[in-house]
Formats: sequence, C-alpha cells, structure tokens
Amino acid sequence: MFRKVLIANRGVVATRIARTLESMGIEWVAVHSKVDEDLPYVRGANEAYCLGAATPRESYLNYDAILSAIKRSQCDAVHPGYGFLSEDPNFARLVTDSGVRLIGPRPLDVETMGNKIRARDRMEGAGIPVLRASKRVPEDVENLKEYAEHVGFPMLVKAAAGGGGIGMQRVSDESKLSIAVEKTRQLSARAFGDGTVYLEQYLEEPRHIEFQMVGDGRGGVRPIYERDCSIQRRHQKVIEETPAPKIDRKACDAMGERLADVLSDWNYESLGTVEMLMGRDGSFYFLEMNTRLQVEHGITEAVTGLDLVEMQIAVAAGKDLADTCPPKIIRKGHAIELRIYAEDPVRFFPSAGKLIKFQPPKMTNVRVETPFAEGCLITPYYDPTLALVIVHGSDRLGAIKLAREALNAFSIEGVKTNIPFLHLVLSSDEFHGCRYHTTIGEQLSKKVA
Amino acid sequence: MTDVEVKSEVTGTIWKIEMKVGDAVDVGDEILIVESMKMEIPVMASIPGRISKITVSEGQPVEEGDTLAIIEAQK
Repeated sequence: MFRKVLIANRGVVATRIARTLESMGIEWVAVHSKVDEDLPYVRGANEAYCLGAATPRESYLNYDAILSAIKRSQCDAVHPGYGFLSEDPNFARLVTDSGVRLIGPRPLDVETMGNKIRARDRMEGAGIPVLRASKRVPEDVENLKEYAEHVGFPMLVKAAAGGGGIGMQRVSDESKLSIAVEKTRQLSARAFGDGTVYLEQYLEEPRHIEFQMVGDGRGGVRPIYERDCSIQRRHQKVIEETPAPKIDRKACDAMGERLADVLSDWNYESLGTVEMLMGRDGSFYFLEMNTRLQVEHGITEAVTGLDLVEMQIAVAAGKDLADTCPPKIIRKGHAIELRIYAEDPVRFFPSAGKLIKFQPPKMTNVRVETPFAEGCLITPYYDPTLALVIVHGSDRLGAIKLAREALNAFSIEGVKTNIPFLHLVLSSDEFHGCRYHTTIGEQLSKKVA
Repeated sequence: MTDVEVKSEVTGTIWKIEMKVGDAVDVGDEILIVESMKMEIPVMASIPGRISKITVSEGQPVEEGDTLAIIEAQK
C-alpha cells in the first residue's frame, strides 16, 4: 500500500480524499494556491505546499509547481480528485514518468474518453447505443449541410474536448447553424485549447442516468448501480439521487452489466462513470465517460456502504477487485445529494464573499462534505461549491423529507446561495412525480422569485 | 445626453471585451464578458446608445458593482 499520497486538488474533494487516506493510515500532502492557504484543511495538513497565485493556471493546473511539490514531499502516489488535472493524460504521464503512481485510469483511456468523438466511436464499436452524430466538422468546412443532414434538426453543436456542456448550443434550423458552429469553436478553443466541433442529435427532455464502474486493470470490472443526475442548471448537476426513480429496473440493471462487460474488455482500471441520456421512451444513449472520481459518488456510498475512494486507492496499489469489493453489492434505501453553490438562486450568477455565518446541519443520516468554515473567503477563482449534502432515507419520500430538513438546518450568511432553488425543486410536483429532465432547473428557477 | 454606467453584477475577472469606444449598442448587445467561478457572464447594454468609455481591461479583477463601461444614451 502507499505510504504517502499527494492530493493534487482543492476544496471539497481534497477534504474527502484526505479523510479516506487517514482512515487507511496513509499520510497525505496538501497543495494549495495563495488564496487557499487559510482553508481549514490546508492549515490542518501535516504537509502543505503553496503552488502559486490564485488563478488555476498558476496553481492547480500548474504542472511545474505540482511536480516540484511531488518531488519535495517524496510521496509515492498522487490523487488528482475531479476537475483540474484529473482528466489530463499529459499530467498523468508526467507523474508516472517521475516514478510516482497516479491514482486513476491508464493515461490512454483518459485520453480516448476525454475526446467525445473518439469516446462515442469507441462505445458505438462496442455495441452501446449512441445518438446520431456528425464527424468532426473541419475549420474550413465548405458544406455544413452535408454534416447536418444525417443528424437532423433540432441538433446540438458540441465541443469534442472538455466537459460540463461548455460551448454546447441547441440549433433549431439550418439558418443558425454556421454561427453556432463558429461560436462553439471559439469557446472550446479558449476553454480547452481545442476547437474541434461536431453535431449531435438533440434528444427532447432527456433524463441523465449514469453508471458507476470500478475496474482493476486486469479485466475485473464491477458495476455499482446508477445515479439519476437530471436536475441541473446551466448543464451542471445540482441534485442527484440513487436509485433512479420511475425507471425500467430490469433495463437499467442490464445496461449497467453491459457497460461493465465493455470496460472489462478494455481492462479498464480505477473508478469511472459512464453517463447516458435516457429518452422519454426509456432508451439509453451514451453521452460521455468520466475517467475519474465523480462529485456525486457519495450517494452511491450512502446506499451501498462502500468507500469508493478507498477502492480506487486499493486498485491503484495493485489489489484485485475481488479483495476490495464485496462479492455482492447490496443497495439499501434511497440517497439524494444537494450541491450547495455560492450563487444567486434565480439567475445562477456566482456570489463571492466572506462566510459570516456557516453552520452545516448535524443530523443522523446526513453527510456534509465541505472544506469551509465560518470566516472563510469564497473567491471567484474556482467553482462555486460550498458544500455537498448527502442524505440517506429508507425510501425516496423519506430521503426527500430529510433533504428538506437538512436544508432548513443549514445556515449560511455572507454570500448568496442556491438553497431557495434547491427547496423549490424538492417541493415541486415535477420532482415528486419524477416528471423531470435535464432542462427542468431553468424552468423551475423562474419560480424562486 | 445621459450617461449610463454599465456595472458588474459579480466579482470576477474581465475575460473578454467585445466592443470598443464609439461602437453603437442596442439593448441586449454583449459589451464584455466577466468570468467568475468558472462561469462566463455576459454584460449587456441596458439601453440603446453609444459606448463612450470602457473603464476596464482584459484580465483585470473586478468587484460586484464596479463600473465597467459607460453608454451615452441615444436621444
């Protein structure tokens, strides 16, 4: 097993990983930007290295500074968390080349799945259903119509690189297509340094269902149930739950098994999540695969009793899946995660400031992941997550009730939060009746005011 | 002639300035984009007119309520 692990990340995920490392008796090392130096977990760390100034490029994306911290700390493994460098195959190679283990999939799998066109082709080749899509649209495209013809309107113009729906646009007819393609190209080039664009069939009011996977790199792959992440705003998840309600259970479980077989053929290693869209008729379509720990992994842990981060570390250290994963994974009850964001609840604009008051709920069956405490500064440099609240009930209704109680008990002053929006969703008929889809967030937000 | 200040609604950094002094604007035209917490927030003209001043530069940090530009309102 590893002796010392450097956590190349910040915030919620850094504290989450540190907790498991401590429970496993492994030393951990924090890295941080200048503005994060007073966060409680950085101050509490036995060993911490400042990477540089606040912007991600100078700190959490700064190869040189992180590699230097890895060297100085003499750690034997690095956990990249999620976001930042977690899906950067070049970083993975640099770490591996320096003789340190990167806790994650093989760089080649990260690279392939990180490009949505290649990922889609790979899944389609393995017999997994995909949406109609065009090939890569070249920069000097002469006849866009040829690319659009087979896809059909309405369609989505998407960036091949990156994630989080950045640059994604819905186009209803041909007249707006070329402008949309250009805009997506620009946004993507700026955000990911890659302006590759493609066109994809637009699915009306889909649900987002994703499948948690873990593999040991030797063909052992286990599916660990699904999560429903349909409640989003600006293409970012806000509420996730497991099990997915009102779903064809047999078809859903069969899809999980099928995906596990595909990943097993690839000898996939580490945690991974296959994201699928589900149409109104219940059919699944591959969306993308995240080759890393997922933000919402906590709800899977709540219902299975597993520690996914521990499993990820164990397989990275060379353990067989059979030794880290119970032969039968049983799912009990229903779990919901609420992402508490520092943002205006109506327009979803970020809200920076000082946490004058910050009292997370302390309740049974409620887990709160947060790196913050009263007095902390919420800066505009990173994502707006203040906390993740994970509730576990005996059934869906119980979990919803607990979620609302937990929100009521969460007291935050100093920045605006999306708590009013979360309340609104939890009390909506759409959420209760599972009549929701990935654009419901925008529709409901208009009712907050 | 009335001048209208265009203010930032968020704390963040100026990512991109899309217009220059002298440009004519209509309601809803994007003047510049502020980046905050990994989100791009367009700042738009609230009245028709002409840009008479841009008080920030790309890469500059701004606070909520800071003036970013001034529009000379159309008569």
